[in-house]
Amino acid sequence: MALPPPDPQFVLRGTSAEVHTLHFYCGGQEPDYPILFSGSSNGLIHVWNLKTRRVDTILDGHGGKSVYWVEAINGRDRLLSQGSNQQICLWDLAEGRNTVTDSVFTENVGFCKSSLLKVAQGHWLMAMPGKDLDEVQVLELPSKTSVCTLKPEADAKPGMPMCLKLWQPDFGSCPFLLAGYEDGSVILWNLSGGKILSRLGCHQEPVMSLDFDSEKKKGVSGSSEEVLTVWSLDEQQNLKVQKTHKLVNAGIADVAIRQDKKILATAGWDHRIRIFGWKKLKPLAILNYHTATVHCVSFSDHSRPSERLLAAGSKDHRISIWSIYNQTSGALHCSLETRKPD
Amino acid sequence: MDPEPFEVGHVVREAINILSSSRNGVQISEALGTIKCYLGGTENQAPLKEREEFTRVHFSAFLRGLVSNLSPDWIELLTSDQQKELWDSFFLEGPADQVFLVLLDSIISMGPSFCLMKVISILEQFLQTGGMSALMWEVCHQQAQAGLPTFQETLLNKVVCLPDHLCNKLQGNNLPIFFPQNYFPLLATEIIQVLQRISDSLRDGLDCSISFVSQVLGKVCMHGRREEILKVLVPRLMDLTKVDCIWQRICWRLVECVPDRWIEAVVCGFVQKAPGADVLSRLLGNLVVKNKKAQFVVTQKLLLQQYSYATAVLQNLLGYLALDSLRRYLLIKVLKELLETWGSSSAVKHSPVEQQLYVSKAILICLSHLKEPEIESNGQELLTSMMGGMKCHLDSNLPRVRRLGMIVAESISSRITTDGPCLKFQYEDDDETRELKSLQQTALLQLPVTDLPNAGNDSPSATPTAVSKPSGNPHPAAPAVPEEGSDLELDSDDDLIPYDMSEDKELKKMKVPVYIRDCIEVLTGSEDMDKWEATMKVLESLIRRNSATTREVSMELAKVLLHLEEKTYIEGFVELRKRALVAVTITDAVPVVQYLTSQFYSLNYSLCQRMDILDVLALAAQELSQPQASGKNKPRSTQSPCIQTVPGSDSSQNWRRIVDERIKSKTRRLAKGQSLVEPACGPNKFSSLAGHFFFPLIQNFDRPLVTFDLLGDDHLVLGRLAHTLAILMYFAIHTVAAAAMGKSLLEFVWALRFHTDSYVRQGLLSAVSSILLSVPSERLLEDMTDEFLETQSWLADVAEKDPDGDCRRLAWQNLLLMENLLKKLRSVPS
Repeated sequence: MALPPPDPQFVLRGTSAEVHTLHFYCGGQEPDYPILFSGSSNGLIHVWNLKTRRVDTILDGHGGKSVYWVEAINGRDRLLSQGSNQQICLWDLAEGRNTVTDSVFTENVGFCKSSLLKVAQGHWLMAMPGKDLDEVQVLELPSKTSVCTLKPEADAKPGMPMCLKLWQPDFGSCPFLLAGYEDGSVILWNLSGGKILSRLGCHQEPVMSLDFDSEKKKGVSGSSEEVLTVWSLDEQQNLKVQKTHKLVNAGIADVAIRQDKKILATAGWDHRIRIFGWKKLKPLAILNYHTATVHCVSFSDHSRPSERLLAAGSKDHRISIWSIYNQTSGALHCSLETRKPD
Repeated sequence: MDPEPFEVGHVVREAINILSSSRNGVQISEALGTIKCYLGGTENQAPLKEREEFTRVHFSAFLRGLVSNLSPDWIELLTSDQQKELWDSFFLEGPADQVFLVLLDSIISMGPSFCLMKVISILEQFLQTGGMSALMWEVCHQQAQAGLPTFQETLLNKVVCLPDHLCNKLQGNNLPIFFPQNYFPLLATEIIQVLQRISDSLRDGLDCSISFVSQVLGKVCMHGRREEILKVLVPRLMDLTKVDCIWQRICWRLVECVPDRWIEAVVCGFVQKAPGADVLSRLLGNLVVKNKKAQFVVTQKLLLQQYSYATAVLQNLLGYLALDSLRRYLLIKVLKELLETWGSSSAVKHSPVEQQLYVSKAILICLSHLKEPEIESNGQELLTSMMGGMKCHLDSNLPRVRRLGMIVAESISSRITTDGPCLKFQYEDDDETRELKSLQQTALLQLPVTDLPNAGNDSPSATPTAVSKPSGNPHPAAPAVPEEGSDLELDSDDDLIPYDMSEDKELKKMKVPVYIRDCIEVLTGSEDMDKWEATMKVLESLIRRNSATTREVSMELAKVLLHLEEKTYIEGFVELRKRALVAVTITDAVPVVQYLTSQFYSLNYSLCQRMDILDVLALAAQELSQPQASGKNKPRSTQSPCIQTVPGSDSSQNWRRIVDERIKSKTRRLAKGQSLVEPACGPNKFSSLAGHFFFPLIQNFDRPLVTFDLLGDDHLVLGRLAHTLAILMYFAIHTVAAAAMGKSLLEFVWALRFHTDSYVRQGLLSAVSSILLSVPSERLLEDMTDEFLETQSWLADVAEKDPDGDCRRLAWQNLLLMENLLKKLRSVPS
């Protein structure tokens, strides 16, 4: 008889709104404590101190409109947040400040999360949904200059972009963008030419979330149907389906591959978090705690593998923190873990 | 007159005289040497006639003379070479039967002395040098001419009882060779040697009788040494008969010649020892056809009267019957008799389950041996007995018996209906059913296999499935192969051990009702199955949370729940409904219990509903009687060890466990004082309600209704009632009503004590245990002395004679409890 699945290590309550996005920042040295940023549907961003398990700061900058993407940029002092008031704000959190120093108007009314990629010291690329419905815009940060606008050809009609993932095969090489669209297809864009490299129709329903493992050139996507699809990118830059997994209940809101590429977590509309082995998509655990749809999952970037956490934010206003599959042999982890996608 | 007899007799007498009187070593050795000539084997032998004369008439007397003269100083007159040459050789080279008799006689008659030791060492040498085979050969040889029956009889006795005699004589100083575990295997090898000589002489065209060997074998088996002797004999015979038909004939003859009074022991031994049906057939031949007694043993005793043998024995036996066309009519006859037993309702009721299992196994094996034409010609008969047997098995209250009936009936029907649908029952597979089902196939496989032992038969059937599995679904493996670097990934996920994922069920998106009145509405009227299902799932927690509201509608709710039917499949529906009913009962005990107990005895309920009522009452009593922790909503764990959900299978065990724990806790308290962790305390809510639960239930059991007759057909419910009353009694410990409850429960038990159904009897015995544990012992012994004593004698009777093992165990336990009670009472005043 297999072990019963574990309970959450702890639960963060008090957002008093649905939690839409989570982002860890645990990389700092002592005396910095690990932080979890959470964005919720009432427009607030909570900064959680994971040591005391209390809210440190509450940031209010989206005018009460739902926040659906947060990501730390340049350490813990700078934070990007995207809200449905069509603003992407840059926060300055250093030395106790909490002010919006800059912002970008997205002109897009969807809820596609942006994606950030560090391309050089002090330079980032940010992909965000563009002005037209099916358009993705890539900006250079901090200058906010537009690098390119990725618009499918008129007859392609993939619908709106639903999720984005910027990545580059090696640090410094030409970045690519993977985007999941409303019609269920995943498109690989070449940023330098603004061209579609490959298009894979892997779902019948809109792609809700995707994540990509740039080492193995293998990604995973979840949609509102009951299938989880793993696809791979071959040498000719073609996407093809590698494996699908049928779920018991439909709807994946978020997928996340852990930085060590060992496990994959999905946030299910069926209130459950599922853990799979990344290599063969072997189902490993069903984490059952939430009483409503789980909106997001995120793995912490703790430098020590044994401290690594999984956080899940749900419609039931709670953030559950889990400690799972992090007690394996450490040496292997560290070598795999040296490079992580930003 | 012939001068020789006189002459030989004279010489012998003279020699004996010299031996007894002379003190001269030379003279003695000369005398021995003279006699030695008559034995032959030396260069100067006496004439043949004289030798025969000597061995026939004088040899025993001479040996006795030798033995009687034996003393330490006498034997010293001879040199040790002479001793060996002259003294010992008479025993080791002379006619073995006479030597053996003389040796044993002298051992039996002698007290411990030098002489005894000498004789015993001679006997040891005699055994070691193959004396027994010489002896048996001698007798077989004589028999061909015509031997003396009394002489043979004595010899037989002595041969078989040698270990006993020597053990009695030597006690602690016995030699290992005379131990039964060594002697009988030795005897077996000697028997093989005799048989070898017989087969040789048969090949030479000489006649030989084997009956003495058979007698030895029979008597040894009869004396309970068949394990030791057949352990050696059967494998040897198996090898020897494999290719040689003369050996086969000898072997058949060997068994046939065993006297009738011993044949049972021999046949049983062979059946048990033979590694397969074909071997058995080789060894026994058509014995069952020729010998009535053997036929009776094989077809009746081993199958219908005894049931302790392993399945392999059954397979041997029935396979043996099936292997030869001459014996096949017996197989069919046996099957009919087995089916008759299987289908007799009295046998189902009164014989132990183990025996029923044995008979079922035998039937399944028989069926597997039958061929199509045989089944066709007996099809009608099989069908009739199947229908009858199935009925009385399904009537039984014991799930195990029911399942046996189902499996056998399924198997019969699958054999008699070659085309078209056959019977199919629903039951849960366990080890036993799997074993039974495998019997239908293995026996079929066994026939063509010629020489493999049983264990070998499983492997060919197991390997194809093992092989076909990986090849059957190449699908998951296929995509993994073309992947580059896949060899690295193959073992990659192994360190991640999956957790239990059985909870991953489909999620129902349905608004669940929040108010109890809504629930009632949904349950009574709604056609929306999803809503209905969601309601069932939340009902219990709603009831427990809103006790005030529940009280307002408790009766209505109880009525709805009791009549609720499973409109659509819900997992664990029965459990959900039961838990909800329990919750209602607990929240508003008095009226609901009154309602439930009155409904138990009213018209128009199914047996299932009545049993549900009993279950609910028992569970509610359990929960009420348990001290509740400070919180008002109890953890579910208290309910999960359900007392009585499946009839028969667990309830008595569970119940007994409770009692055992109870007893244990009592003894521990005596031994260790207050070392236990303080349990949660609280008033026993059951104490004021016990009467409401108990008395309405016990009142009307003997009043049959049109649809419900507890004392008649509905004994399953009666059994459940008895168990429930026992449970209520048990939970009523320390309550005021306990004594009154105990008294009426004892009367109830007394009225039903001879019930034919073992499940009912188990319930009654449980009830007695509860009474003993719950009723204060003073009340029990002062107010109910007569009943107590009567029950005690009934228990003693059950403990000894009841066919059901569980009943016997329960009765013993009760007797023990009574004993303890009495002991405690006696110790109190002093």
